[in-house]
Amino acid sequence: MDLTTRYLGLELEHPVVASAGPLSQTLAGVEALAEGGASAIVLYSLFEEQLRAEVARDEQLIEVQSNAFAEALDYFPTAPITTKSAAYSYLSLIERSVKAVDVPIIASLNGADLGGWVEFSREAADAGASAIELNIYLVPGDVMMTGDLVEKRHLEIVSAVSDAVSIPVSVKLSPYFSSVGNVALQLVDAGAAGLVMFNRFLNPDVDIETLNTDAEFELSTPQEGRLPRTWIASLRNHTTASLAGSSGVESSDDVVKYLLSGADVVMTTAALIRHGRSYSRELVGGLQSWMVRKGFVSLGQVRGMLAVPPVWEGETVRRGGYVSAIQAAKARYGAL
Amino acid sequence: MTDTATKPELRQIIDGNEAAASVAFRLNELCSIYPITPSSTMAELADEWAARGRTNVFGVRPTVIEMQSEGGAAGALHGALQGGAMSTTFTASQGLLLMIPNMYKIAGELTSTVFHVAARSIAAQGLSIFGDHQDVMAVRQTGFALLGSASVQEAHDFAAVAQLATLRSRVPFLHFFDGFRTSHELNTLDMLSDDDLRALVPEELIREHRSRALSPEHPYIRGTAQNPDTYFQSRETVNPFYDKVPGIVTEAMDQFAELTGRRYDLVEYHGDPEADRVIVIMGSAAQTVIQAVDHLNGHGNKVGVLQVRLYRPFPVEAILAALPESATKVAVMDRTKEPGAGGEPLFLDVTSALAEAVASGRRASLPRVIGGRYGLSSKEFTPGMVVGVFDELAKPSPRPRFTVGINDDVSMTSLDYPGWLDVESPETVRAVFYGIGSDGTVGANKNTIKILGHREGTYAQGYFVYDSKKSGSRTVSHLRFGPKPITAPYLINAAGFIGVHHWSILERVDVLRYAREGTVVLVNAPYPPDELFGRLPRGMQERLIELNCELWTIDANAVARAAGMGNRTNTVLQTCFFAISKVLPRDDAIEQVKQSIRDTYGRRGAEVVAKNEAAVDAAVAHLHRVEVPEAPASEVGMIAPVPAHAPEFVRDVTSVMLLDQGDSLPVSALPVDGTYPSGTTQYEKRNISDIIAVWDEDACIQCGNCAFVCPHSVLRAKYYPDTALEGAPATFQSADLNAAGLPGAKYTLQVYAEDCTGCGLCVEVCPVKVTDSGGRKAINLAPVLERDDARENIGFFETIAVNNRARVDFGTVRGVQYLEPLFEFSGACSGCGETPYLKLLSQLFGGRATIANATGCSSIYGGNLPTTPWSSNRYGRGPAWSNSLFEDNAEFGLGLRLAADLHERLARERLEQMRAEIGDDGLVDGILDNDQLYESDLSAQFRAVEELKFVLDGLEGPRAADLRSVADHLMRRSVWIVGGDGWAYDIGSGGLDHVLASGRNVNVLVLDTEVYSNTGGQASKATPMGAVAKFASGGKETLSKDLAMQAIAYGNVYVARIAMGADPQQTLKAFREAEAYDGPSLILAYSHCIAHGIDMAKGLDQQYLAVNSGHWPLMRFNPVLRMQGRNPFLLDSPRPRFPLRAYHDNELRFRMLKSTDPEGAERMVEYGQMQVNRRWADYEQMSNRTAAEFAADAKES
Repeated sequence: MDLTTRYLGLELEHPVVASAGPLSQTLAGVEALAEGGASAIVLYSLFEEQLRAEVARDEQLIEVQSNAFAEALDYFPTAPITTKSAAYSYLSLIERSVKAVDVPIIASLNGADLGGWVEFSREAADAGASAIELNIYLVPGDVMMTGDLVEKRHLEIVSAVSDAVSIPVSVKLSPYFSSVGNVALQLVDAGAAGLVMFNRFLNPDVDIETLNTDAEFELSTPQEGRLPRTWIASLRNHTTASLAGSSGVESSDDVVKYLLSGADVVMTTAALIRHGRSYSRELVGGLQSWMVRKGFVSLGQVRGMLAVPPVWEGETVRRGGYVSAIQAAKARYGAL
Repeated sequence: MTDTATKPELRQIIDGNEAAASVAFRLNELCSIYPITPSSTMAELADEWAARGRTNVFGVRPTVIEMQSEGGAAGALHGALQGGAMSTTFTASQGLLLMIPNMYKIAGELTSTVFHVAARSIAAQGLSIFGDHQDVMAVRQTGFALLGSASVQEAHDFAAVAQLATLRSRVPFLHFFDGFRTSHELNTLDMLSDDDLRALVPEELIREHRSRALSPEHPYIRGTAQNPDTYFQSRETVNPFYDKVPGIVTEAMDQFAELTGRRYDLVEYHGDPEADRVIVIMGSAAQTVIQAVDHLNGHGNKVGVLQVRLYRPFPVEAILAALPESATKVAVMDRTKEPGAGGEPLFLDVTSALAEAVASGRRASLPRVIGGRYGLSSKEFTPGMVVGVFDELAKPSPRPRFTVGINDDVSMTSLDYPGWLDVESPETVRAVFYGIGSDGTVGANKNTIKILGHREGTYAQGYFVYDSKKSGSRTVSHLRFGPKPITAPYLINAAGFIGVHHWSILERVDVLRYAREGTVVLVNAPYPPDELFGRLPRGMQERLIELNCELWTIDANAVARAAGMGNRTNTVLQTCFFAISKVLPRDDAIEQVKQSIRDTYGRRGAEVVAKNEAAVDAAVAHLHRVEVPEAPASEVGMIAPVPAHAPEFVRDVTSVMLLDQGDSLPVSALPVDGTYPSGTTQYEKRNISDIIAVWDEDACIQCGNCAFVCPHSVLRAKYYPDTALEGAPATFQSADLNAAGLPGAKYTLQVYAEDCTGCGLCVEVCPVKVTDSGGRKAINLAPVLERDDARENIGFFETIAVNNRARVDFGTVRGVQYLEPLFEFSGACSGCGETPYLKLLSQLFGGRATIANATGCSSIYGGNLPTTPWSSNRYGRGPAWSNSLFEDNAEFGLGLRLAADLHERLARERLEQMRAEIGDDGLVDGILDNDQLYESDLSAQFRAVEELKFVLDGLEGPRAADLRSVADHLMRRSVWIVGGDGWAYDIGSGGLDHVLASGRNVNVLVLDTEVYSNTGGQASKATPMGAVAKFASGGKETLSKDLAMQAIAYGNVYVARIAMGADPQQTLKAFREAEAYDGPSLILAYSHCIAHGIDMAKGLDQQYLAVNSGHWPLMRFNPVLRMQGRNPFLLDSPRPRFPLRAYHDNELRFRMLKSTDPEGAERMVEYGQMQVNRRWADYEQMSNRTAAEFAADAKES
């Protein structure tokens, strides 16, 4: 059975990829993900803005009490702290991971300004990353920023980075554009070799013990797969760029659903956290069983089967789908 | 990263410590180290260089090993030397004293090594970190050769000379230079290259050293026990080796001169060859004498100075040869004190050398030799003082023994001398800057020295003076620049430029004491230029006029803020210095500053560089010259250092120290035995913060958390009847008491505004969030408004009665807020994690506590003059506090306990014996039967003992007097042994273990910052794995010691691990249980610290993370429970809910490793997590055991 797939020009053994997340923060974690069967690994995101802020903060922490007391003119050895050395940790992880595992390593970058994006992308490429995933994550809350500006910023970044590096560049984008599909296509035009759908926004909870907001991420749930699948299905036949489904993968059924919608690969962190790093293998096994059961012999036969056809009376059908969904819901739950 | 031994830039500006360490590291294979001020920097550099892979000149990367004490360092060094390794160490003061036993051994075995010592005072009546020769003189008998350097250059050069000489002679060397004066002075020097060092120290000498090592290939024994028949002769075998040392050192110096062109000798005479008066002296002061001698000889005198460089073996021949026959009067100056001796050591040595020479006919006549002391504890030694000594020598009958530099009105030893004598080259630019610690002034000045000192043909010197507080301390920078090498080891007295970087400084001290005619004065002021002069204190105005000073001003804070740099005024003020001091043409100077900005901030990005450069331009634009009028125009005086109602000692003595005029205090003003009055911080209102805590009485729920955690005791709570509000000032804050049972009662949380450091811990801990307030709490930080109002309110608050201890619920944090703190307003770092525990101790037990305090942060903020924080209550009772040493604190505290037990027993026996005479069985029985467990018992006992003393005062006879002398011991005394982890885990570990094993009723409080905080962040055995610290530059690779489990193993030790920020209630419980337990108790208190690299305002959050990540699980082990058949092990914290990584990521000490060794950091955090899990599992298992599964207290059986 042929489970191979192409993602960002990379030949992958199968479509289950470990997405950017806490499991890939260490070499041991990366090794476990590869061992567990992931066909590619996106490393955790390097936040360039945060990195700069941390450098400034660390320098300030060193300065704050220096030269103030005769016995202790400083409190730390004089190791140079620079953004370069702060990123060193990440670049070193890329290098070590590339050496340690056979599957492609994709660097995930989150930048604040153009300079930062380009510089770190180059460094990540030099460190041996097979591709770069741009995690363009603009924190919601700036009510003054126009939608137009947000889109423009995305395009600028993608264009600058893909010009700067020779390895493929993908974009992990937000589902909250007023026209997601159009933005996605513009990003491909700007140089993106692939689209990862979608980024999840921070939804802070409230901790009633500490009386603070709790910024901790909740793992995604299977329901969250519906939105990305809808957009993947819509885009599949409008672009040749790679499409990755992210969010809401819990079982091999979810993997199948993504593939049917048109995804080239399916990414998950939540399932691997919940079930262990070797769960990739089980997801692939489930996919295989399903294909056997259904009589498919290659992924090509599955991929995009339920994607929206290229020439399509789209709105009518989509509207029709919506109406039937309402009707089904009525049948199940009573009048809405 | 690997630095191979590279040729350093030959001309550098570094301090004496680095100068010495640079050579020591490059010529040795092993550095055995332990931190002690002022030598720590040498060890720190060695550790850093080794961690970076730097090699010595022979291609070997030296091993740097931190030991548990200097005794340990000397032991390891001795072993390494016997193993054949080229080994060295760096130390000072008490550290050197701890090495003495090994020094005898090393010398007795004729072993080549060099110890590098930043010479420092010895703790006697008080500790001092500053420089003199007391430590060096205390080892002159060990058999080490002593070689003294007088400058930064010499500290570098003699490190090499000593190394060569020790290898050639086999006699070990101690190379010393003056602590702080040389060790911390920045000066221009010519470095020795690796090639120079290789040329100087031939490898065959190293191989000879190795060949003498112990080896099973050619076994022998060394270190035998010897008997009366041979010990004496054996001791004499070494004489020929010592006889050769002066020649070998001379030879080494000659060889050095050939190589470098810098010529030295064992002793050097400078001055008139026919001098009639000569001073003999060692160390940096020789440079001062040389300057004064040149000046005097230029004015028709015939004087000279004999500088002694090799002190042991004493170079008699060289001294006799160098001292002119013409000298009829000689003053030998010792920078040490030997009470009871016929004279100080150098004086005695010189005298005996001369006497023998005359007696044997080698010298025609014996000059009159007098001996003097100078410069103890870095006391200034100036050219004027030298003149005073020569003037004394000129008298027909000079004083045989004298002191200079002080006013000794008790023994009348001190000489008069001219106030100031300017002997410096007029080409030397001299500048003095006043700053506040951590404001960047010193850092900017160090940068200025580098900018100017690296210019062709310019020499630079920098010396920095700090006051005794860790927060808001005043710094004074002394900078010199000139076309010739600068040899002036004393403070600037006549500055061409004076920068006053904070307005508050000129209100408190005379900033123009260093001014001269025409000095350029820059004042950073929040006032417009046309108002500036009028706002200056009148005295300052008068001096400005009198000296025709050029006055400039800038509102640097406003400029910095506008440039987006917050409160960092250093770039702005540094620019002003360059713009108006004329050290360089203005445009050139400004460009230099900008280049320096690009070098420093380039890595932070173009935006930061641009911001700083904009600040430079803005500084120039906002700098204004102020016209100095012809007459003063102000009636404003300086702020009085202490209030008029302060006690006499504080008014007469402490206040002088606060004015920076302590040098003027005569001997008679000071206590004879180091005993000082308690509680003097209350008189020093430092006003160090522009933002302070402000209480919102409407929102407050009166929980007491803020007062509990306040590190500076500036939040005080009282409840009181509403009638007490009569006459309250209009702005006095009050609320209804939020407690049942006291209707109509009022509550006030008073902020001691002038003492608040603005640390923000109170805000962090406040549980209230005021709705719709944008995050406001019931206590908030706000800019200081009216200090007068605050003073009035505090005055009123103090008229309200302190709450009765017997009516306060000690069992709750809410209740503790009403207990009076007897530890207040210390100079600890703002937001200190240690001091809240000490304050709590003082609140709970202060009235009957005796405290033994190990040397460290707590002994410094607890006992560093001028003002100290341990205070007393309205009955005059309070903690009695003392610091013995670093290493012996547990033993010292045990001694206090033993004495208290003895005297309590004596008192009880005498009381029983005097029952009839006292005639009141109720009183006697009441005292003897009171077990004093509760506050009500204690107050009853207090009253009864007072009554007993009254009765005894009316009785006669020795028994009554005897009982009277120990009657206070009838109050249950609470003995506390307090110190940091450096003491408890390392240097005092053996003693602490023994004291815990003694079964005696002592309470040990370890303020555990997991690092040597006081000396600047060196690793201790409490330092967690993966943390970067000095001496663990590559990240600590071993786990911290579980001291709690060690103590628990005894079975009869009460043990608690606490963290106030995670669970204040558990903290409180632990203190009370520990104190109540009749046996040894150990409390390990997590103390967040500046050395962790955290935002100190978030220290309590970090404590919470430490506990809830499992890094610092809270527990108690209470043997009382074991005795009751219950499980004594109580696990007080919940199962970890955060990964260890979450705790690590918040602290720079862990983050640093991620940026230098990510792989190592990763490995360590993973391994650390495993250890956390394992330990947690162990603890959980212990918390489920039965009583019988724990060791029993022998007293039970």
